Amino acid sequence: MSLAKSPWIIHVNCNSCNGCDIEVVACLTPLYDAERFGVLNIGTPKQADIMVVTGSVNYKNVNVLKNIYNQIPDPKVVLAVGACASTGGIFHDCYNVIGGVDQVIPVDAYVPGCCPRPEAILDGVVAALSILENKKKGNIKGKEVKLKGNEVPSNA
Amino acid sequence: MNDILTIILVLIGAPIIGCLASGIDRKITARLQGRVGPPLLQPYYDVKKLLSKDNMVVNPSQNFYVVVYLAFIILSLFMLVFKQDFLMIIFVYTVASVALVVGGMSTGSPYARIGSSREIMAILSYEPVLILYALAIYLLTGTFKLSALLDASSPLLMYTPLIFIAMIVVLNIKLKKSPFDYSTSHHGHQELIKGMTTEYGGPGFATIEIAHFYEYVFLTGLIFLFWASTPVIGVLIGIIAYLLVIVIDNITARVYWQWMLKLSWTILLVISLVNIAYLYVSGVKLV
Ligand code: SF4
Repeated sequence: MSLAKSPWIIHVNCNSCNGCDIEVVACLTPLYDAERFGVLNIGTPKQADIMVVTGSVNYKNVNVLKNIYNQIPDPKVVLAVGACASTGGIFHDCYNVIGGVDQVIPVDAYVPGCCPRPEAILDGVVAALSILENKKKGNIKGKEVKLKGNEVPSNA
Repeated sequence: MNDILTIILVLIGAPIIGCLASGIDRKITARLQGRVGPPLLQPYYDVKKLLSKDNMVVNPSQNFYVVVYLAFIILSLFMLVFKQDFLMIIFVYTVASVALVVGGMSTGSPYARIGSSREIMAILSYEPVLILYALAIYLLTGTFKLSALLDASSPLLMYTPLIFIAMIVVLNIKLKKSPFDYSTSHHGHQELIKGMTTEYGGPGFATIEIAHFYEYVFLTGLIFLFWASTPVIGVLIGIIAYLLVIVIDNITARVYWQWMLKLSWTILLVISLVNIAYLYVSGVKLV
């Protein structure tokens, strides 16, 4: 139960247009007050439980994303917030875009929308919490994602 | 036998009080911002969660430094409870603070390093005031031993009001509250992430949190000494000082370290020295 009572999130902006980011930040304002569920937006991956990713993954930031993912101690879950993080969104066929976050790291929950409302993001966090508890019980570890050197677009 | 009972009581009671104090802090802060805020036991849930997570460290010596930090905080609290030499308590407490600084430095992370060097500045600015506080106790009772304070004829506060004001500011610096929260930020998404403690996670970070719980009790204990002859009033003053710190935390913004050094080495040091000079000239004795 202890995990569900104090979910600390780390917010990773992968090439987001800032729309989703502002909605994530709005969760912390007095109106939505995510802290009443114990949610803290923590800046360091070493202390985080839930990784909130906004924006699509591209060839520039793929290693940054993997690196941050590897630094989060187990048990951990990944929450893809917004259309971009889920599928690539409106940027999906840009030449430098790989696609959604699940192309690179395992994603446990998706929050659709462009951009999703803060209520939806909080719902996503709550959904992620039960997954987190299950992972804790089953002792499921996140797998280490290998960093690659210079990834080049396959269609380049 | 009685001593062992006290030791067990302090060992268990202090973190509970500290945890509640930290929860009250978060609750009051939330209310002042028009929010509902987390439950009162949130710090306890946080620590419990952190203890159940993987321990990720950059280098193994980090774990050693947090244990030193915790051990020396507890030691200084014990010395306070057993009314030992006040000068010695300050030194033991400084060792604890330095352990945390060295722990931050050992990681090599730029955030931890900047946080650590800022914490050194904080230590530099509050330490003289603490020493002058010890000096005032010496002038009034003729010894550094705190046991003398208990059978003092009148409370310390009557003769050291200026040092009391300085100590409130020291409390603010030591609890790392705004405007002096620049070595670790309480909101981890700011420019310094988490300062000294950035590279700690899981049980290591939980140890730091538990040490903070002890520290809350220790620091309010220093305020308690101002009215130690009547413990009830002493505790009340400690609580009021703590609430004052929370309010100051919420109505101020962060300052540069230069600003803090100027404040403490001019105003705080001068008012403390004026107080000391008065004690020296008037020659009052409490025992
Ligand atoms: S989903 Fe929409 S709002 Fe969010 S990053 Fe993509 S384009 Fe921006």
